[in-house]
Amino acid sequence: MNETSDAHPPISSGTISAWRILLRGAGVLLILFVFCFWAAKGYNKGWSQNRVPVKHLDAVTEIEFTTYEKRFVPGVDYLAGGSVLGALIFSATFFGNRRSNPV
Amino acid sequence: MPASLRSIAFAGFTIISAIAAPKSFDLKDPKGVNAIQFKLDSILEPIVGTANTITGNVSFDPASIPATSGKVSVAAASIVVPNSKMNEHLLSAAWVDAATNPEISFAFTALADVKATGPNKWTASANGQFSLKGVTKDISVPVTLSYLEGQYGTRLGKPELGGDLLVVRGEFSVARGDYGIKPGESEDKVAPVVQLTFALVGSAPQP
Repeated sequence: MNETSDAHPPISSGTISAWRILLRGAGVLLILFVFCFWAAKGYNKGWSQNRVPVKHLDAVTEIEFTTYEKRFVPGVDYLAGGSVLGALIFSATFFGNRRSNPV
Repeated sequence: MPASLRSIAFAGFTIISAIAAPKSFDLKDPKGVNAIQFKLDSILEPIVGTANTITGNVSFDPASIPATSGKVSVAAASIVVPNSKMNEHLLSAAWVDAATNPEISFAFTALADVKATGPNKWTASANGQFSLKGVTKDISVPVTLSYLEGQYGTRLGKPELGGDLLVVRGEFSVARGDYGIKPGESEDKVAPVVQLTFALVGSAPQP
């Protein structure tokens, strides 16, 4: 029995398993990615846009009219959603069974 | 009356009638510029969109501005906002209900308070019936009119075509609850008043 215990030493209370480290890293990376993507696309403080309005002017009538360009501009809903998901992934690592030191 | 005099009188009457007759300006723009813009205050940011499938016509005579009449129809399904999910909500039965009520329209039979503001430019009030989501109400819309004589062909890059243009601009607001759009609901999230702005060009090609 002692040999078995030596072969698989119990994890000390200060050690965390690999999957927890991976998930924490993934959570942090997701939050960073979401923030950088949102920032790179122009810090849109409104709702996400799937098409972007573009203004034009008709020279003869002087009417300003709008057309839409199909492209995605993330908004604060995207930022909030991504951040919450990242935080959930990160915080999930604090739940579940933890192997503790046998007394 | 001798026959020759009768002929001259008839010809003169025909010419005068042709000159004085109001022209019909088609609002289905060949360049697709016509649109109605709407704006609703909302949490986070205002909801701003357009509807650009416009049809209808305006009967206009520069010699008799108050007699101007017309009808503007907007295809409800052409409403567009930048967020596609929001777009689905706007077209749904709870909001505009585009499937059941495919047309939003404004019809007026005359203009009131006409004032000239420049050569071939006027301001006026168009009193008529506005229909949205199957509800029709009388409203008054302040408009500006610009008559661009001979500009139809120029705008299309074919000056030899001649023809005239009429530009009608205006801005008004309606309470969405008056038209059965979530009356009294979600007013803390989406404003109860919808602001509508339009700039429309009507074409009258030379016959």
